[in-house]
Amino acid sequence: MRIVVDLNKCQSYGQCVYAAPTIFRLHGEESLEYDYAPDDALREQVERAAAACPVQAIQIGRSSEPLPMVKRPHEADPETGKESAS
Amino acid sequence: MSMDRQDGARFDGRVVIVGASLAGLRAAEALRAQGFKGQLTLIGDEPYPPYDRPPLSKTVLSGWLPVSHTYLPQLQDINAEWLLGVAATGLNLQEHVVELADGRRIPFDRLLITTGTRARPWPDAAQMALDGVFSIRTLDDGQRLREVLATKPERVLVIGAGFTGSEVASVCRELGLNVTVAERSAAPLAGALGGAAGMVAARFQRAHGVDLRCNVTVLALEGDANGHLSRVHLSDGDVLDVKVAVVALGAVRNVEWLLSSGLAVSARGVACDGSCRAFDANGIVLDDIFVAGDVARWPHPLYDGQLLAVEHWGNAVEQAEAAAHNMLCSPAERKPHRPLPTFWSNQFGLNIKAVGLPTVADQVVVTQGSVERKRFVAAYGRKDAWWRPWRSTCRARWASIHR
Repeated sequence: MRIVVDLNKCQSYGQCVYAAPTIFRLHGEESLEYDYAPDDALREQVERAAAACPVQAIQIGRSSEPLPMVKRPHEADPETGKESAS
Repeated sequence: MSMDRQDGARFDGRVVIVGASLAGLRAAEALRAQGFKGQLTLIGDEPYPPYDRPPLSKTVLSGWLPVSHTYLPQLQDINAEWLLGVAATGLNLQEHVVELADGRRIPFDRLLITTGTRARPWPDAAQMALDGVFSIRTLDDGQRLREVLATKPERVLVIGAGFTGSEVASVCRELGLNVTVAERSAAPLAGALGGAAGMVAARFQRAHGVDLRCNVTVLALEGDANGHLSRVHLSDGDVLDVKVAVVALGAVRNVEWLLSSGLAVSARGVACDGSCRAFDANGIVLDDIFVAGDVARWPHPLYDGQLLAVEHWGNAVEQAEAAAHNMLCSPAERKPHRPLPTFWSNQFGLNIKAVGLPTVADQVVVTQGSVERKRFVAAYGRKDAWWRPWRSTCRARWASIHR
Protein backbone atom coordinates (compact mmCIF):
# COMPACT_ATOMS: atom_id res chain seq x y z
CA MET A 1 0.00 0.00 0.00
CA ARG A 2 1.07 3.60 -0.41
CA ILE A 3 0.49 6.71 1.65
CA VAL A 4 1.47 10.37 1.75
CA VAL A 5 1.33 12.91 4.56
CA ASP A 6 0.59 16.58 3.98
CA LEU A 7 3.40 18.06 6.07
CA ASN A 8 1.86 21.53 5.79
CA LYS A 9 -1.04 20.18 7.83
CA CYS A 10 1.00 17.96 10.15
CA GLN A 11 1.37 19.49 13.60
CA SER A 12 3.42 16.65 15.07
CA TYR A 13 0.73 15.40 17.44
CA GLY A 14 2.37 12.01 17.03
CA GLN A 15 -0.81 9.92 17.11
CA CYS A 16 0.34 8.08 13.99
CA VAL A 17 3.59 7.14 15.69
CA TYR A 18 1.66 5.39 18.45
CA ALA A 19 -0.71 3.70 15.99
CA ALA A 20 1.92 2.49 13.51
CA PRO A 21 5.38 2.84 15.04
CA THR A 22 7.26 1.08 12.26
CA ILE A 23 5.76 3.36 9.59
CA PHE A 24 5.83 6.76 11.26
CA ARG A 25 8.52 8.25 13.47
CA LEU A 26 9.33 11.63 14.85
CA HIS A 27 12.80 12.83 14.17
CA GLY A 28 13.30 14.55 17.49
CA GLU A 29 10.06 16.01 18.76
CA GLU A 30 8.52 17.68 15.77
CA SER A 31 9.74 16.37 12.47
CA LEU A 32 7.61 13.58 11.04
CA GLU A 33 9.28 10.93 8.92
CA TYR A 34 7.37 8.05 7.38
CA ASP A 35 7.48 5.18 4.94
CA TYR A 36 5.39 5.91 1.83
CA ALA A 37 5.08 2.20 1.04
CA PRO A 38 4.06 0.23 4.15
CA ASP A 39 3.72 -3.51 3.84
CA ASP A 40 0.12 -4.54 3.15
CA ALA A 41 0.18 -6.58 6.34
CA LEU A 42 0.28 -3.30 8.27
CA ARG A 43 -2.80 -1.84 6.58
CA GLU A 44 -4.91 -1.98 9.72
CA GLN A 45 -2.30 -0.03 11.68
CA VAL A 46 -1.96 2.56 8.94
CA GLU A 47 -5.74 2.98 8.66
CA ARG A 48 -5.87 3.51 12.42
CA ALA A 49 -3.09 6.08 12.21
CA ALA A 50 -4.90 7.98 9.46
CA ALA A 51 -8.14 7.94 11.43
CA ALA A 52 -6.37 9.10 14.60
CA CYS A 53 -4.61 12.06 12.99
CA PRO A 54 -6.18 15.19 14.52
CA VAL A 55 -5.54 17.24 11.36
CA GLN A 56 -6.28 14.41 8.90
CA ALA A 57 -2.94 14.86 7.18
CA ILE A 58 -2.48 11.20 6.16
CA GLN A 59 -3.77 10.13 2.76
CA ILE A 60 -3.98 6.47 1.80
CA GLY A 61 -3.90 5.22 -1.77
CA ARG A 62 -7.33 3.85 -2.73
CA SER A 63 -6.67 2.77 -6.28
CA SER A 64 -6.48 -0.82 -7.42
CA GLU A 65 -4.69 0.16 -10.62
CA PRO A 66 -1.14 -1.16 -11.00
CA LEU A 67 1.76 1.28 -10.77
CA PRO A 68 2.63 2.61 -14.19
CA MET A 69 6.17 1.40 -14.71
CA VAL A 70 8.59 1.70 -17.55
CA LYS A 71 11.65 0.54 -15.72
CA ARG A 72 12.40 -0.64 -12.26
CA PRO A 73 14.23 1.87 -10.15
CA HIS A 74 17.60 0.46 -9.26
CA GLU A 75 17.59 -2.74 -7.37
CA ALA A 76 16.56 -1.22 -4.08
CA ASP A 77 13.18 -2.82 -3.52
CA PRO A 78 11.95 -5.36 -6.00
CA GLU A 79 8.69 -5.97 -4.18
CA THR A 80 7.39 -2.48 -4.88
CA GLY A 81 7.98 -2.88 -8.60
CA LYS A 82 4.47 -4.25 -8.64
CA GLU A 83 1.79 -2.63 -6.58
CA SER A 84 -0.58 -4.98 -4.87
CA ALA A 85 -4.29 -4.39 -5.05
CA SER A 86 -5.86 -2.50 -2.19
CA MET B 1 -17.09 14.76 -28.42
CA SER B 2 -19.18 17.27 -26.58
CA MET B 3 -17.74 20.68 -25.82
CA ASP B 4 -20.59 21.51 -23.50
CA ARG B 5 -19.12 23.16 -20.41
CA GLN B 6 -22.41 23.34 -18.56
CA ASP B 7 -21.75 19.96 -17.03
CA GLY B 8 -18.20 18.74 -16.50
CA ALA B 9 -19.27 15.15 -16.54
CA ARG B 10 -20.54 15.66 -20.08
CA PHE B 11 -17.18 16.81 -21.43
CA ASP B 12 -15.95 13.59 -22.92
CA GLY B 13 -13.08 14.79 -25.07
CA ARG B 14 -9.46 13.86 -24.63
CA VAL B 15 -7.43 15.38 -21.82
CA VAL B 16 -3.65 15.22 -21.99
CA ILE B 17 -1.49 16.09 -18.97
CA VAL B 18 2.18 16.75 -19.68
CA GLY B 19 4.18 16.27 -16.49
CA ALA B 20 3.60 13.11 -14.47
CA SER B 21 4.64 14.20 -11.02
CA LEU B 22 2.67 15.48 -8.01
CA ALA B 23 0.62 18.12 -9.85
CA GLY B 24 -0.11 15.92 -12.86
CA LEU B 25 -1.25 13.00 -10.73
CA ARG B 26 -3.42 15.09 -8.44
CA ALA B 27 -5.05 16.77 -11.45
CA ALA B 28 -5.80 13.39 -13.03
CA GLU B 29 -7.44 12.21 -9.81
CA ALA B 30 -9.46 15.41 -9.51
CA LEU B 31 -10.70 15.14 -13.10
CA ARG B 32 -12.03 11.64 -12.45
CA ALA B 33 -13.40 12.61 -9.05
CA GLN B 34 -15.42 15.33 -10.76
CA GLY B 35 -16.95 12.94 -13.22
CA PHE B 36 -14.70 13.25 -16.26
CA LYS B 37 -15.30 10.12 -18.35
CA GLY B 38 -13.21 10.85 -21.43
CA GLN B 39 -9.77 9.67 -22.47
CA LEU B 40 -6.97 10.74 -20.15
CA THR B 41 -3.25 10.60 -20.97
CA LEU B 42 -0.33 11.41 -18.68
CA ILE B 43 3.07 12.09 -20.22
CA GLY B 44 6.27 12.11 -18.15
CA ASP B 45 9.93 12.23 -19.14
CA GLU B 46 11.12 10.15 -16.19
CA PRO B 47 10.68 6.36 -16.42
CA TYR B 48 9.06 6.19 -12.98
CA PRO B 49 5.59 6.49 -11.53
CA PRO B 50 4.89 9.83 -9.81
CA TYR B 51 7.04 10.05 -6.69
CA ASP B 52 7.39 12.56 -3.89
CA ARG B 53 10.48 14.75 -3.92
CA PRO B 54 10.74 16.12 -0.36
CA PRO B 55 12.19 12.90 1.12
CA LEU B 56 14.96 12.83 -1.50
CA SER B 57 16.95 15.44 0.42
CA LYS B 58 16.03 13.97 3.81
CA THR B 59 15.09 10.36 4.63
CA VAL B 60 16.27 8.95 1.29
CA LEU B 61 19.71 10.56 1.68
CA SER B 62 20.01 9.51 5.27
CA GLY B 63 19.54 5.91 4.14
CA TRP B 64 16.25 5.29 5.91
CA LEU B 65 13.85 5.28 2.95
CA PRO B 66 14.59 3.36 -0.30
CA VAL B 67 13.89 5.48 -3.38
CA SER B 68 11.27 3.00 -4.55
CA HIS B 69 9.33 3.83 -1.39
CA THR B 70 8.77 7.43 -2.48
CA TYR B 71 6.05 6.67 -5.03
CA LEU B 72 2.96 8.73 -4.39
CA PRO B 73 -0.25 6.93 -3.53
CA GLN B 74 -2.95 7.07 -6.16
CA LEU B 75 -5.95 8.30 -4.23
CA GLN B 76 -8.43 6.78 -6.66
CA ASP B 77 -8.59 4.99 -9.99
CA ILE B 78 -7.81 7.33 -12.87
CA ASN B 79 -8.06 4.94 -15.81
CA ALA B 80 -5.29 6.78 -17.63
CA GLU B 81 -2.91 6.00 -20.43
CA TRP B 82 0.62 6.57 -19.13
CA LEU B 83 3.39 7.59 -21.50
CA LEU B 84 6.44 7.51 -19.23
CA GLY B 85 10.11 7.84 -20.04
CA VAL B 86 9.40 10.06 -23.01
CA ALA B 87 9.66 13.85 -22.98
CA ALA B 88 7.27 16.23 -24.68
CA THR B 89 9.27 18.30 -27.14
CA GLY B 90 6.68 20.58 -28.66
CA LEU B 91 3.13 21.88 -28.58
CA ASN B 92 1.20 22.67 -31.75
CA LEU B 93 -1.63 24.97 -30.71
CA GLN B 94 -3.28 25.07 -34.14
CA GLU B 95 -3.56 21.30 -34.40
CA HIS B 96 -4.00 20.71 -30.66
CA VAL B 97 -1.16 18.21 -30.64
CA VAL B 98 1.66 17.47 -28.20
CA GLU B 99 4.85 16.32 -29.90
CA LEU B 100 7.01 13.70 -28.18
CA ALA B 101 10.76 13.03 -28.32
CA ASP B 102 10.15 9.68 -30.01
CA GLY B 103 8.22 11.33 -32.84
CA ARG B 104 4.74 10.47 -31.64
CA ARG B 105 2.07 13.16 -31.88
CA ILE B 106 -0.57 13.10 -29.17
CA PRO B 107 -3.79 14.95 -29.95
CA PHE B 108 -5.84 16.55 -27.20
CA ASP B 109 -9.00 18.55 -26.65
CA ARG B 110 -7.80 20.04 -23.40
CA LEU B 111 -4.21 20.16 -22.18
CA LEU B 112 -2.76 20.58 -18.72
CA ILE B 113 0.88 21.62 -18.43
CA THR B 114 2.56 20.40 -15.22
CA THR B 115 6.17 20.01 -16.34
CA GLY B 116 7.57 21.57 -13.17
CA THR B 117 11.23 22.34 -12.71
CA ARG B 118 14.60 20.66 -12.74
CA ALA B 119 17.76 21.29 -10.75
CA ARG B 120 19.76 24.28 -11.95
CA PRO B 121 23.04 22.75 -13.09
CA TRP B 122 26.50 24.05 -12.28
CA PRO B 123 27.16 26.60 -15.06
CA ASP B 124 30.29 24.84 -16.36
CA ALA B 125 29.05 21.69 -18.09
CA ALA B 126 32.44 19.95 -18.07
CA GLN B 127 32.82 20.52 -14.33
CA MET B 128 29.23 19.40 -13.72
CA ALA B 129 30.01 16.18 -15.60
CA LEU B 130 32.83 15.21 -13.21
CA ASP B 131 32.23 12.07 -11.19
CA GLY B 132 31.34 13.12 -7.69
CA VAL B 133 29.33 16.22 -8.69
CA PHE B 134 25.62 15.81 -7.99
CA SER B 135 22.31 17.58 -8.24
CA ILE B 136 19.43 16.59 -6.02
CA ARG B 137 16.05 16.75 -7.68
CA THR B 138 15.11 13.40 -9.19
CA LEU B 139 14.74 9.88 -7.90
CA ASP B 140 17.95 8.94 -9.76
CA ASP B 141 19.78 11.87 -8.12
CA GLY B 142 18.60 10.72 -4.71
CA GLN B 143 19.74 7.15 -5.29
CA ARG B 144 23.19 8.16 -6.58
CA LEU B 145 23.91 10.63 -3.79
CA ARG B 146 22.64 8.23 -1.15
CA GLU B 147 25.04 5.55 -2.39
CA VAL B 148 27.96 7.96 -2.32
CA LEU B 149 27.19 9.30 1.16
CA ALA B 150 27.03 5.68 2.38
CA THR B 151 30.70 5.29 1.41
CA LYS B 152 31.56 7.91 4.07
CA PRO B 153 33.42 10.49 1.98
CA GLU B 154 35.85 12.59 4.02
CA ARG B 155 34.12 15.84 3.18
CA VAL B 156 31.10 16.93 1.18
CA LEU B 157 30.84 20.35 -0.42
CA VAL B 158 27.34 21.77 -0.75
CA ILE B 159 27.05 24.67 -3.19
CA GLY B 160 24.15 26.87 -2.19
CA ALA B 161 22.46 27.17 1.23
CA GLY B 162 18.83 27.36 0.21
CA PHE B 163 16.37 24.85 1.64
CA THR B 164 17.62 21.89 -0.40
CA GLY B 165 21.31 22.60 0.18
CA SER B 166 20.73 23.12 3.88
CA GLU B 167 18.76 19.87 4.15
CA VAL B 168 21.58 17.99 2.41
CA ALA B 169 24.11 19.55 4.77
CA SER B 170 21.94 18.55 7.71
CA VAL B 171 21.80 14.91 6.60
CA CYS B 172 25.57 14.90 6.09
CA ARG B 173 26.08 16.01 9.69
CA GLU B 174 23.63 13.36 10.91
CA LEU B 175 25.71 10.78 9.05
CA GLY B 176 28.81 12.11 10.77
CA LEU B 177 30.28 13.54 7.56
CA ASN B 178 32.27 16.74 7.38
CA VAL B 179 30.44 19.26 5.24
CA THR B 180 31.39 22.63 3.83
CA VAL B 181 28.59 24.86 2.57
CA ALA B 182 29.41 27.69 0.18
CA GLU B 183 26.70 30.36 0.02
CA ARG B 184 27.15 33.44 -2.09
CA SER B 185 24.77 35.59 -0.04
CA ALA B 186 25.22 36.69 3.57
CA ALA B 187 23.25 33.85 5.16
CA PRO B 188 21.62 30.49 4.51
CA LEU B 189 17.89 30.47 3.63
CA ALA B 190 18.09 34.24 3.18
CA GLY B 191 16.54 34.08 -0.27
CA ALA B 192 13.35 32.56 1.12
CA LEU B 193 13.23 33.81 4.71
CA GLY B 194 15.21 37.05 4.65
CA GLY B 195 18.48 38.11 6.21
CA ALA B 196 17.42 38.14 9.88
CA ALA B 197 16.10 34.59 9.86
CA GLY B 198 19.09 33.65 7.74
CA MET B 199 21.45 34.78 10.50
CA VAL B 200 19.59 32.55 12.95
CA ALA B 201 19.86 29.63 10.51
CA ALA B 202 23.61 30.30 10.15
CA ARG B 203 24.03 30.03 13.91
CA PHE B 204 22.14 26.73 14.05
CA GLN B 205 24.13 25.29 11.15
CA ARG B 206 27.48 26.18 12.70
CA ALA B 207 26.35 24.81 16.05
CA HIS B 208 25.78 21.51 14.23
CA GLY B 209 29.32 21.51 12.94
CA VAL B 210 28.79 22.79 9.40
CA ASP B 211 31.73 24.62 7.89
CA LEU B 212 29.43 27.37 6.61
CA ARG B 213 31.01 29.98 4.38
CA CYS B 214 28.76 32.89 3.50
CA ASN B 215 29.57 35.54 0.91
CA VAL B 216 31.68 32.85 -0.70
CA THR B 217 31.32 31.41 -4.19
CA VAL B 218 32.88 28.37 -5.78
CA LEU B 219 35.24 29.44 -8.52
CA ALA B 220 36.00 26.04 -10.02
CA LEU B 221 35.51 22.33 -9.57
CA GLU B 222 38.69 20.51 -10.51
CA GLY B 223 38.89 16.91 -11.66
CA ASP B 224 41.69 14.37 -11.57
CA ALA B 225 43.01 12.41 -14.56
CA ASN B 226 40.12 9.96 -14.24
CA GLY B 227 37.49 12.67 -14.44
CA HIS B 228 36.68 12.48 -10.75
CA LEU B 229 36.20 15.59 -8.66
CA SER B 230 39.30 16.11 -6.55
CA ARG B 231 39.50 19.75 -5.53
CA VAL B 232 37.43 22.91 -5.35
CA HIS B 233 38.55 26.52 -5.48
CA LEU B 234 36.60 28.98 -3.33
CA SER B 235 36.42 32.74 -3.63
CA ASP B 236 37.79 33.14 -0.08
CA GLY B 237 41.08 31.80 -1.42
CA ASP B 238 40.70 28.35 0.05
CA VAL B 239 41.29 25.21 -1.96
CA LEU B 240 39.55 22.12 -0.56
CA ASP B 241 40.24 18.48 -1.30
CA VAL B 242 36.75 17.08 -1.83
CA LYS B 243 35.49 14.16 -3.85
CA VAL B 244 31.78 14.88 -3.47
CA ALA B 245 30.00 18.13 -4.29
CA VAL B 246 26.24 18.75 -4.30
CA VAL B 247 25.03 21.56 -6.53
CA ALA B 248 21.98 23.11 -4.86
CA LEU B 249 21.47 26.30 -6.83
CA GLY B 250 17.71 26.22 -7.09
CA ALA B 251 15.53 25.18 -9.98
CA VAL B 252 15.03 25.89 -13.65
CA ARG B 253 11.52 25.72 -15.10
CA ASN B 254 10.87 23.08 -17.72
CA VAL B 255 9.55 25.38 -20.44
CA GLU B 256 11.91 24.71 -23.35
CA TRP B 257 9.41 22.41 -25.09
CA LEU B 258 6.96 25.34 -25.19
CA LEU B 259 9.27 28.13 -26.36
CA SER B 260 7.97 28.13 -29.92
CA SER B 261 4.42 27.12 -29.05
CA GLY B 262 2.93 30.60 -29.03
CA LEU B 263 2.15 30.48 -25.30
CA ALA B 264 3.31 33.21 -22.94
CA VAL B 265 6.45 31.40 -21.83
CA SER B 266 9.70 32.60 -20.33
CA ALA B 267 12.39 31.26 -18.03
CA ARG B 268 10.11 32.33 -15.19
CA GLY B 269 7.38 29.89 -16.23
CA VAL B 270 4.18 29.61 -18.24
CA ALA B 271 1.84 32.52 -17.57
CA CYS B 272 -1.79 31.75 -16.86
CA ASP B 273 -4.80 33.49 -15.35
CA GLY B 274 -6.32 32.98 -11.94
CA SER B 275 -8.32 30.03 -13.25
CA CYS B 276 -5.11 28.31 -14.50
CA ARG B 277 -5.88 28.97 -18.20
CA ALA B 278 -2.70 29.71 -20.17
CA PHE B 279 -2.08 33.06 -21.82
CA ASP B 280 -0.84 33.07 -25.37
CA ALA B 281 2.06 35.30 -26.35
CA ASN B 282 -0.42 38.13 -27.02
CA GLY B 283 -1.84 37.91 -23.54
CA ILE B 284 -5.06 36.27 -24.71
CA VAL B 285 -6.47 33.60 -22.45
CA LEU B 286 -6.79 30.16 -24.05
CA ASP B 287 -9.79 28.13 -22.94
CA ASP B 288 -8.29 24.70 -23.63
CA ILE B 289 -4.75 25.01 -22.27
CA PHE B 290 -4.20 24.92 -18.50
CA VAL B 291 -1.12 25.21 -16.28
CA ALA B 292 -0.44 24.10 -12.70
CA GLY B 293 2.38 23.52 -10.24
CA ASP B 294 5.96 24.78 -10.20
CA VAL B 295 5.94 25.78 -13.87
CA ALA B 296 2.88 28.07 -13.60
CA ARG B 297 2.91 31.85 -13.06
CA TRP B 298 -0.38 33.43 -12.24
CA PRO B 299 -1.66 36.76 -10.91
CA HIS B 300 -2.20 36.45 -7.16
CA PRO B 301 -4.68 38.95 -5.70
CA LEU B 302 -2.88 38.90 -2.34
CA TYR B 303 0.28 40.19 -3.96
CA ASP B 304 -1.03 43.06 -6.09
CA GLY B 305 -1.90 40.72 -8.92
CA GLN B 306 1.76 40.16 -9.67
CA LEU B 307 2.51 37.00 -11.60
CA LEU B 308 3.59 34.62 -8.90
CA ALA B 309 5.36 31.29 -9.27
CA VAL B 310 5.96 29.19 -6.20
CA GLU B 311 7.75 25.88 -5.94
CA HIS B 312 5.78 24.56 -3.01
CA TRP B 313 4.40 21.05 -2.55
CA GLY B 314 1.05 22.40 -1.36
CA ASN B 315 0.69 24.70 -4.34
CA ALA B 316 1.24 21.84 -6.78
CA VAL B 317 -1.65 19.98 -5.14
CA GLU B 318 -4.05 22.91 -4.88
CA GLN B 319 -3.38 24.40 -8.29
CA ALA B 320 -3.76 20.98 -9.90
CA GLU B 321 -7.16 20.57 -8.27
CA ALA B 322 -8.21 24.08 -9.30
CA ALA B 323 -7.08 23.47 -12.87
CA ALA B 324 -8.95 20.17 -13.03
CA HIS B 325 -12.13 21.82 -11.80
CA ASN B 326 -11.80 24.66 -14.29
CA MET B 327 -11.09 22.26 -17.16
CA LEU B 328 -14.53 20.75 -16.70
CA CYS B 329 -16.79 23.49 -15.38
CA SER B 330 -18.88 26.12 -17.08
CA PRO B 331 -17.39 29.65 -17.30
CA ALA B 332 -19.63 30.85 -14.47
CA GLU B 333 -18.32 28.13 -12.17
CA ARG B 334 -14.62 28.78 -12.57
CA LYS B 335 -12.75 28.89 -9.30
CA PRO B 336 -9.83 31.24 -8.72
CA HIS B 337 -6.58 29.77 -7.50
CA ARG B 338 -5.56 32.11 -4.70
CA PRO B 339 -4.04 30.11 -1.87
CA LEU B 340 -1.90 31.48 0.89
CA PRO B 341 1.52 30.02 0.10
CA THR B 342 2.79 27.60 2.74
CA PHE B 343 5.89 25.48 2.99
CA TRP B 344 8.00 23.54 5.45
CA SER B 345 11.55 22.34 5.86
CA ASN B 346 13.21 19.97 8.30
CA GLN B 347 16.89 20.55 9.01
CA PHE B 348 19.39 20.65 11.85
CA GLY B 349 16.83 19.50 14.36
CA LEU B 350 14.43 22.26 13.33
CA ASN B 351 10.99 22.15 11.83
CA ILE B 352 10.54 25.38 9.87
CA LYS B 353 7.11 26.30 8.57
CA ALA B 354 6.07 29.43 6.73
CA VAL B 355 2.71 30.85 5.72
CA GLY B 356 2.63 33.68 3.21
CA LEU B 357 5.58 35.11 1.34
CA PRO B 358 8.43 36.32 3.56
CA THR B 359 10.19 37.78 0.53
CA VAL B 360 7.68 40.62 0.06
CA ALA B 361 8.23 41.84 3.64
CA ASP B 362 10.61 44.54 4.76
CA GLN B 363 10.29 43.97 8.50
CA VAL B 364 10.40 40.90 10.70
CA VAL B 365 9.84 40.52 14.44
CA VAL B 366 9.81 37.56 16.77
CA THR B 367 6.29 37.53 18.19
CA GLN B 368 6.37 34.40 20.34
CA GLY B 369 8.95 32.13 21.90
CA SER B 370 12.66 32.64 21.92
CA VAL B 371 15.39 32.32 19.35
CA GLU B 372 17.79 31.09 22.04
CA ARG B 373 15.48 28.23 22.90
CA LYS B 374 15.08 27.50 19.20
CA ARG B 375 11.30 27.78 19.37
CA PHE B 376 9.76 30.90 18.02
CA VAL B 377 7.27 32.51 15.70
CA ALA B 378 8.37 35.38 13.49
CA ALA B 379 5.92 37.69 11.75
CA TYR B 380 6.86 39.35 8.49
CA GLY B 381 5.31 42.63 7.45
CA ARG B 382 5.64 45.76 5.41
CA LYS B 383 5.90 49.33 6.56
CA ASP B 384 3.18 50.36 4.14
CA ALA B 385 0.85 47.67 5.37
CA TRP B 386 -1.29 49.95 7.54
CA TRP B 387 -3.75 50.40 4.73
CA ARG B 388 -3.81 46.75 3.82
CA PRO B 389 -3.52 44.64 6.93
CA TRP B 390 -3.35 41.41 4.97
CA ARG B 391 0.06 42.44 3.82
CA SER B 392 1.48 41.30 7.09
CA THR B 393 0.22 37.77 6.63
CA CYS B 394 3.49 35.90 6.64
CA ARG B 395 4.26 33.94 9.74
CA ALA B 396 7.23 31.67 10.08
CA ARG B 397 7.40 29.14 12.84
CA TRP B 398 10.62 27.52 13.97
CA ALA B 399 10.28 24.71 16.37
CA SER B 400 13.21 23.06 17.94
CA ILE B 401 13.27 19.33 17.75
CA HIS B 402 15.73 19.00 20.59
CA ARG B 403 14.80 21.20 23.50
